[in-house]
Amino acid sequence: MEFIKSTHIDFMGFRRVAYVISLVLIIFAVASLLVRGLNYGVDFAGGTLLQFRFNREVQPQEVRVVLEKINLSRSIIQRFSEDEVVIRTLRIDKDTQDRILQALREQFQEVKLTRIEDIGPAVGAELRRMGFIALLSAIAGILIYVAFRFEFKPAVTSVLALAHDGLVVVGLISILGREFTIPVLAAVLTILGYSINDSIVVMDRIRENLTSRKKGEEFFQVINRSLNETLSRTINTALTTALPIIALLLFGGKMLQDFSLAILVGLIAGTYSSIFVVSALWVDWEKRVRSRG
Amino acid sequence: MRRRNLPWRLFVTLALIAVSILVVFPLGNKIRLGLDLKGGSHILLECVDTPEAPVDEDAVRRVVEIVRNRIDQLGVAEAVIARQGERRVLVQLPGITDPQRAVELIGKTALLEFKDENGQTLLTGAYLKSAQVQYDQLGRPSVAISFDSEGAKLFAQATTLNVGKPIGIYLDGKLISNPVVQEPILKGDAQITGRFTLEEAQNLAILLRAGALPVKVEVIENRSVEPTLGKDSIDAGFRAAVIGVVLVLVFMFVYYGMLGGLADLALVCYVLFFLAVFVGVRATLTLPGIAGFVLTVGMAVDANVIIFERIKEEYRAGKTWRASIEAGFNKAFRTILDSNVTTLIAAVLLFSLGSGPIKGFGVTLSLGILCSMFTGIWVTRVLLDLFADKIKMKGVN
Repeated sequence: MEFIKSTHIDFMGFRRVAYVISLVLIIFAVASLLVRGLNYGVDFAGGTLLQFRFNREVQPQEVRVVLEKINLSRSIIQRFSEDEVVIRTLRIDKDTQDRILQALREQFQEVKLTRIEDIGPAVGAELRRMGFIALLSAIAGILIYVAFRFEFKPAVTSVLALAHDGLVVVGLISILGREFTIPVLAAVLTILGYSINDSIVVMDRIRENLTSRKKGEEFFQVINRSLNETLSRTINTALTTALPIIALLLFGGKMLQDFSLAILVGLIAGTYSSIFVVSALWVDWEKRVRSRG
Repeated sequence: MRRRNLPWRLFVTLALIAVSILVVFPLGNKIRLGLDLKGGSHILLECVDTPEAPVDEDAVRRVVEIVRNRIDQLGVAEAVIARQGERRVLVQLPGITDPQRAVELIGKTALLEFKDENGQTLLTGAYLKSAQVQYDQLGRPSVAISFDSEGAKLFAQATTLNVGKPIGIYLDGKLISNPVVQEPILKGDAQITGRFTLEEAQNLAILLRAGALPVKVEVIENRSVEPTLGKDSIDAGFRAAVIGVVLVLVFMFVYYGMLGGLADLALVCYVLFFLAVFVGVRATLTLPGIAGFVLTVGMAVDANVIIFERIKEEYRAGKTWRASIEAGFNKAFRTILDSNVTTLIAAVLLFSLGSGPIKGFGVTLSLGILCSMFTGIWVTRVLLDLFADKIKMKGVN
């Protein structure tokens, strides 16, 4: 079976539409990051997260009533599964944690404390700093690699595409109000490393095709031809990577959901941007240079 | 050219498969599980200065020792107690079901003081020889203590002076019992009867036996997972991994036919080699680590996709089947290398900078990328050279 036969899609013809789409995505992402910000998880923000398992289905509202009795009504209460509830608060000491458990036991009898994430402010700040260093080093590492591998212009547009992918993922996490946790940061880093691949493949092909350029073939035509030639590869590698991630998203349990979502969105953004951002920006750059010269 | 070495390359591949099978099976509990999967507590303590007890090198060392003593009495198998940096102590307790009790035992200073009516300290827990749980006349749990010889002297003196008056017993400044002295106690034995539950009495006995911490200690990080929740995570992660692998196997076979079948064989080899290396280097599997593995399953066949697409192109361009394979591999090699290097950069960073569970993600991702490059290029090549003639016409066109 072959879904993608040799194609002749005029990708560069769509590039203005793509610019609009990308700009809108980025504006939404940046706006959300500025207005709503990132909802840092306990690991980055510090605080206490407690997960409880009950012997029957429990609604967050029932838990809230109990917490209100002990003056902890400002906690965030989330349903984890039918019989599991997660409570997130500012950092509370062990005695307060025990009081919550006591109060819940009085109300629901069988209650089990199944998870504690209790992160002090100093540790949270360290994790933020470490995460930031990891992010910067990853970007630096990739930049150095790209600088060695690419010519100047495609290197710049690839890095722009990378920024695009990263922003889309982080922006979506912000828009959806999902927690920005260490696993989500790991997802972003992985996407940065992975999504540059597509750009590399496309760039390599363009370079190859530029040297064996057919007579009278315009620059944008070379790019179109290269994109079409690599299209089934681009789509299939994205698909094969996406399939296990979809399995993880659907069957991997709640704990890995945000991570899987971030990877999946990053994959889609990365595939899209390798076609419509990296190459398209390069075409326009070349055009501008030529019209000036 | 390369085909001439085929028997040798086939032998190496089969040998690796055999070794891997020996390393991996029976899988049993060969894979070391992180605390987030096995269940347990990861607790980070920090010694903090107080006006009475500033932190110094010696104090931190004693904290490590005392915490170790306390944990030993809890009877946790494979507990880790390690100093981290200048003032921190890391405590890892695999498999415990009651993290709150562990925190209670680890973080308490446990300074025992005996004070007279005027609040004057008569003596402290530093003179204790032993502490045992006992039951009093009414069957309530209490803690029987006995002092060393010097303590016994001090205690005899104190009880002699305070006959008919109460002596307050304080733990970390909190009054836990306030008995009235009936008669002087000369032998240095006493009983602390608070209104203890059995567990409270046991905790107190452990704390008193292990001794008081020389400085104040704060729990600055506590990540605990109850074993059943860890089990849930393993089950979900395993399910997702199996489904993920099957989806990729099916996709490759449906899309690339017999060629895809070869990629599937290579993918099975990948899973096997990955597990073998993972077990071999004694890496620890965490929940994010499972996610990393699932991710690499998809990435592992990327190499095959890149090679196959290239072979197809070469074949379409009019090369012979065998020449297409040769050219496809050669041209795809650089691309595969590039793709993996950039992801590896990110993975290694997570591995070296990350802490705790996320380190496991960096580990599986790094190992996975390295293994998958081997199976994607080497194993696929061996398989193609073996079966190329048989699948020639079916796979392509």
